Amino acid sequence: MPSEFLQGWLAGAIVASTPIFYAALGETLVERAGLINLGVEGTMLVGASVSFAVASVTGSTLLGLAAAVLAGGAFNLLLGPLVVARGANQLASGLALMFLGQGLSAYYGKPFVGTTVDGLAPLPVPGLASLPWLGPILFRQDALVYLTVPCALAVWGLLQRTSWGLHLRAVGEDRLVAYAAGSRTGLLRHQALFLGGTLAGLAGAHLSLAIAHTWTEGLTAGRGFIAVALVIFGAWNPLRVLPGALLFGGTLALQIQLQARGAQVSPFLLDMLPYLVTLAVLVQLRKASRGRMPEGLKEVFESSA
Amino acid sequence: MLAPSLRATAVTALLLAGAVGLFSLLLLTSGKSPLDTFAGLVGSTLGSAYGLGEVLVKLIPILFTALAAALPARLGLVNVGGEGQLHVGALFAAAAALALGAATPRWVALPAGILAGMAGGAAWALLPALLRSWDWLNETISTLLLNYVAIRLVDFFVFGWLRDPGSANVPQTRAFGPGFLWPAFTGRVHLGLVLALLALLLAAGVLGLTRWGYVIRAIGGNPLASRRHGLPLARAIVAVLCVGGALAGLAGTGEIMAIQGRLRPHFSADYGYLGFLVSWLAGHRPLRILVAGFLVAVIATGGDSLQLDQGLPSATVNVLMALLLVVVLARGGKRAV
Repeated sequence: MPSEFLQGWLAGAIVASTPIFYAALGETLVERAGLINLGVEGTMLVGASVSFAVASVTGSTLLGLAAAVLAGGAFNLLLGPLVVARGANQLASGLALMFLGQGLSAYYGKPFVGTTVDGLAPLPVPGLASLPWLGPILFRQDALVYLTVPCALAVWGLLQRTSWGLHLRAVGEDRLVAYAAGSRTGLLRHQALFLGGTLAGLAGAHLSLAIAHTWTEGLTAGRGFIAVALVIFGAWNPLRVLPGALLFGGTLALQIQLQARGAQVSPFLLDMLPYLVTLAVLVQLRKASRGRMPEGLKEVFESSA
Repeated sequence: MLAPSLRATAVTALLLAGAVGLFSLLLLTSGKSPLDTFAGLVGSTLGSAYGLGEVLVKLIPILFTALAAALPARLGLVNVGGEGQLHVGALFAAAAALALGAATPRWVALPAGILAGMAGGAAWALLPALLRSWDWLNETISTLLLNYVAIRLVDFFVFGWLRDPGSANVPQTRAFGPGFLWPAFTGRVHLGLVLALLALLLAAGVLGLTRWGYVIRAIGGNPLASRRHGLPLARAIVAVLCVGGALAGLAGTGEIMAIQGRLRPHFSADYGYLGFLVSWLAGHRPLRILVAGFLVAVIATGGDSLQLDQGLPSATVNVLMALLLVVVLARGGKRAV
């Protein structure tokens, strides 16, 4: 394998994995509160369309990102009244959220279809960017790529090292016990939904502003669902989301690289890879992840009605 | 019997009005007239024989995929894989039609296509079913992921081995032999409608009247207790998911055998997801699926005409459908801690 190919692949893998990473990180937070949001796909679409619209109207990428964060958080909160207050089925509610995000982003994004923005430009790290070979892979990326590791650490710290995180995890393990112990379970769950939504919004923004630089209907193409799968892959640990996202991004980027080089492999088969790899890994990890699932989530998965 | 069903209808109508109100707000925010939009939506669907026919054409696959979600749901399973099962069903049916050849007599061809389509859908549901029955992987995740694989699988064959060498620029298979094509009654409304209605009746009958239906409802009601009573949980999981898959496969078969006449990429208008939505709107009850399915088919058909007449993306109506689902889910909720 020529080194230039490997370099292009790795650099592409890092970029491609970034939106999935943020979405999965946000979903990890939500699931630690004992909720599952199957509608991350919709939240990402809202983030992607809102950030693109704001960035192209105001000309400010930063404002676009901020709008995506807020819109994502607010959008995820819509799930609150349904699953927290009414106790509606979470899986179906999440899919309703997906439909809603699809529809809203298609509706409000229509005027922007076909337009482009400069968006999030690569931000070479002085000095490191000119490292031989490694420089272009690691240090000529955009700001959101650099922020992945700090964000993972921050979410981990929030969950494991703050009393808010302790309460949140308690809610995720046993809602009623946490309630009896005086936790404001409803509030905590809404906070988790909001924070998770901000990250999913950011994920969408990275997709439209840093990767695509444009907006099309259904831009996310199932990445939101992959994110949900990656949470299981990461065993509900924020620090283990990144390797999973890299694996998925890697298979995605491999396909792009191979096609760019005119490899004689069907693009459709390569396109299947990320989904099949995710599936295979989930099956492989079944035992390891079982014990780590928040107890409150088991309730969701074991009955649907 | 009449009073509760009347009351339910009234409540449903009220909720419908709420969702419609919110959707109108959305239209107002970008200066569209809700009245014109709804007039267009209703006029283009229920306002003419042609429109009604188009609604029925969309209703057919939706009924099948709704059942594909509803049967597993009665057991407590979430089959979001209708879209994938539909695609693989169509792929199998197409492969059967192309392998048997255009000269196959109708009495062989028609059932062969149908059986192949059902087998394809069932096969695509088998892996998630087995994974779930062994307690290895939740079926929600696996069926979702496999949707994306299935769509690309169809692409792979249509762009590759099954491609008609005669169509240089358009990726599609050869036209199927006339024996395979599903007969139409009026316009494009085809055999699928009869099959779908039969499937609904059969599902209602099996669930309500047979021992199997009783077992499914018992397990769905309380999986743990059922397992302790020795009910065949694993077998039931595989059975309902595969039957559901077979029905979704029929949806795909109908689309290519009645509407398209050959297999092309992207032939499904998200019917798998629409069916899922309908199943939840209907509380997974086969006969209510007919009502909810008709409503969703009207909205989806209307969405297509909104795109043509008003320049709105057809996905706009997804907002309306999502709102309907939200209302129904909120109404069915149980707890409040």
